[in-house]
Amino acid sequence: MTRRTHTIRRARRSAAIGLVAAAAMALTACGSGAKTTSSSTAAAGASGSGGFTNGIVTLRGGEPQNPLIPTNTNEVFGARIETNLFAGLVYYDADGETQMDAAESITPNADYTVFTVKLRSGMTFDNGDPVDADSFINAWNFGAYEGNAQLCADFFQPIQGYKEENAPFEADSNYKPKDGDVVTLSGLKKVDDLDFTITMAQATPDWPVHLGYNAYDPLPKSAFVKNTTTPITDAAGNPLMTVDPAYGENPVGNGPYKLKGQGAWQHNVKIDLVPSKTYDGPRKPHNGGLTYEFITELETVYSDLLAGNLDVTDEIPESAFTTFESDLGSRAVNLAGTNFQSFTIPSRLPHFSGQEGQLRRQALSYAIDRATICKTIFNGTRTPAKDFSSPLMAGYSANIPGNEVLSYNPTKAKQLWAQADAISKWSGTFEIAYNGDSSHGQWVEAVLNSINQVLGIKTAPKVYPTFQAMRTDVTDRKIQTAFRTGWQADYPSIYDYLAPLYGTGGGSNDGDYSNTDFDNLLTEGLKQKTADESAVYYNQAQEILMKELPAIPLWVQNIVGGSSTKVSNVKWGWDTVPIAYLIEKPE
Amino acid sequence: MGWYIGRRLLQMIPVFLGATLLVYAMVFLLPGDPIVAMFGERQVNAAVANQLRAQYHLDKPFIIQYLLYLKGVVTGNFGMSYSGRPVSQIVAQAYPVTVKLAVMALCIEAIFGVVLGVIAGLRRGGWFDSTALVLSMLLIAVPTFVMGFVLQTLLGIKLQWLPVTVGGEVSVKSLLMPAFVLAGVSMAYVLRLTRNSVAEVSTADYVRTATAKGLSRHTVVTKHILRNSLIPVVTFLGADLGNLMGGAIVTEGIFNVPGVGNALYQAILKSEGSTVVSLVTILVLVFIIANLVVDLLYAALDPRIRLV
Repeated sequence: MTRRTHTIRRARRSAAIGLVAAAAMALTACGSGAKTTSSSTAAAGASGSGGFTNGIVTLRGGEPQNPLIPTNTNEVFGARIETNLFAGLVYYDADGETQMDAAESITPNADYTVFTVKLRSGMTFDNGDPVDADSFINAWNFGAYEGNAQLCADFFQPIQGYKEENAPFEADSNYKPKDGDVVTLSGLKKVDDLDFTITMAQATPDWPVHLGYNAYDPLPKSAFVKNTTTPITDAAGNPLMTVDPAYGENPVGNGPYKLKGQGAWQHNVKIDLVPSKTYDGPRKPHNGGLTYEFITELETVYSDLLAGNLDVTDEIPESAFTTFESDLGSRAVNLAGTNFQSFTIPSRLPHFSGQEGQLRRQALSYAIDRATICKTIFNGTRTPAKDFSSPLMAGYSANIPGNEVLSYNPTKAKQLWAQADAISKWSGTFEIAYNGDSSHGQWVEAVLNSINQVLGIKTAPKVYPTFQAMRTDVTDRKIQTAFRTGWQADYPSIYDYLAPLYGTGGGSNDGDYSNTDFDNLLTEGLKQKTADESAVYYNQAQEILMKELPAIPLWVQNIVGGSSTKVSNVKWGWDTVPIAYLIEKPE
Repeated sequence: MGWYIGRRLLQMIPVFLGATLLVYAMVFLLPGDPIVAMFGERQVNAAVANQLRAQYHLDKPFIIQYLLYLKGVVTGNFGMSYSGRPVSQIVAQAYPVTVKLAVMALCIEAIFGVVLGVIAGLRRGGWFDSTALVLSMLLIAVPTFVMGFVLQTLLGIKLQWLPVTVGGEVSVKSLLMPAFVLAGVSMAYVLRLTRNSVAEVSTADYVRTATAKGLSRHTVVTKHILRNSLIPVVTFLGADLGNLMGGAIVTEGIFNVPGVGNALYQAILKSEGSTVVSLVTILVLVFIIANLVVDLLYAALDPRIRLV
């Protein structure tokens, strides 16, 4: 089952993966973005991390769509609050690496099917409940059982027992649970208070990297009450437990921050967080508290930032795209994000298979003037792609051998196209399909224009009324043209940008690309200890993609935001949200 | 008079039923599935989705959904929002803010509109009248959001006289700018209306008689001109209170006011039937009561009008 779709997703993780400073320097080549190279990231680095301040930082937020229960939070505004309230097993650090948070270690067995988790000792929730194996096991069991109707249930699919316990729902989605049903994941086993094992449904070498998502946060014992709407007991006679709805209103976590008292969540207005006294993990707050202001209108967000009411925003209204860099100066942020855009040419199309296809793909890629399109169509809020992932991923390289194919070179393009013509003469129109319910028309036209001018072939856009309609034709393999594709990873790893899209049989491999060498390099990469070591293999795998171009990379969407003069050390996570606990603000 | 008020209040029952049914139907007809939307662009988990549908009665036919909502209302339960908050809480939080904003706006438009209108009406054709005409045309012509952003930039960001946004600090000071923006267009109408009404009444026979009797200018203006010329203005102001409350969506967005407009906008985006209906129904009731008060004021201003 594919969990991912091909456009910007709202369901995003709000963990904190920082921007590698080096990557920041390399990636700002796109238009006006280039001026921000030494923006807050670099400036903040100079002011030195480790500075602890007392000011309360106000950040742009929005009313969470659901009560603050981690397994039921699948949208950005709730997630960015929970990342501060809870500490999961791991977190994503400022360099894009996965680091231990509540876990002391997560050790895989030889074939990556069982992971042994050891928790740090002495941790408690803010109400004094211990953070132990049970707080994770209970929370995960609660989230995974579909009878509990949690929006993040699917995140537990990789764990053994998910399929079995939810089989009745699979058979009949209106199934009513009854006594004796299995309501827990058989893959979760408590060893003792601080140790538990996770058995996977199948080998998952990079499982720990997934675990920074809020769905995997622990819950205190006090959060659970007997489920009265579905009052069933399992085979052992234990009643089905659920999370008290009142808990989601005033959640008690184990993270670096806690709510500033009962009712700190003022609906539709703001939420106030203060540093937690019980948290002794690696994410020590650098400030005296956080206030997320819930503002709907982006224009209003921007006015608040200019007036100094807001310290950090991760979005700038389109109306300010041309002025915000002069308004904010070095406090403006315009850096490549994680939303990768491309177009895919299935090799089953005439003229696009074998040697001829490879030449034509390269010619098309050389014929696209990405830099100019980023600058003119997008006002510099896109960064031309240098690889198949995002510059925010740990181990990202802008210098993958062969990536000159992603630069504009009309001469080379004409040459390659002529070579392809020598194999079989081109005829017809080159089309790119897109969905008209979103603003893709402009850039598709621009890309096609660029191709038309360089190669002199006929080009035309093909419009589908809705995203749904286009995806149906794509998944049924009925589409007879090239089509736009986009991707945002579920967790910060280059692997997630490659395997599902270009791996043999990948869930979103819309072009049916298959290359054994590529697959092998990915598998090898998964087995490495650190993200950087893995990336060596992933980038080798990308060298193959640069030649064969199963999709033609275009650009990545930028993080467009800014901060006020009162704050420093503003770093941006892989989820394009500022890492709140690192922000420094003198009182 | 008592019978009249009682009858008017009784009329509210069919209006309430009609309004709720209509609004509920409109929300029901909104395109898109709110439960599917809750999954963002992730794959929808069918079992989870079905349980949520059952929880919010979305699995039932329209008329049953509506009757269940009505049953809830009668028993004091306005339902739950998709985020698990009781709708009554959302209403209780949003209304006081919007009422404050609307009353402030009403005062601004009444005071400025009437005073300037009277002056313009009494000195018609003069420079004041012409300036007031141009200004009111400007207010009517410039869209609310333009005025909102201009004032926000000027008074809030550049001069820093007033808070840029309201947010959690709902006070007279923070609401001043949004109230002014909200009042803008209506203020221009009140000004025009008062000016024309005063101008018309000023030439009436009884005003000439009053002046001929040797009454002072002051008495003529306050007792004879004003009292008679304000009847259409009062009607307008009364009807406008409802407009101000319901029409604050744009203004509340610009100034981030946590009021009805904001709550309504959010609820419509999520196709939350019970929240939208509850918020709108109260607006309808406010409209009806405001109209009743206007009718009562009529009688007070003009004894010739009998309420039967």
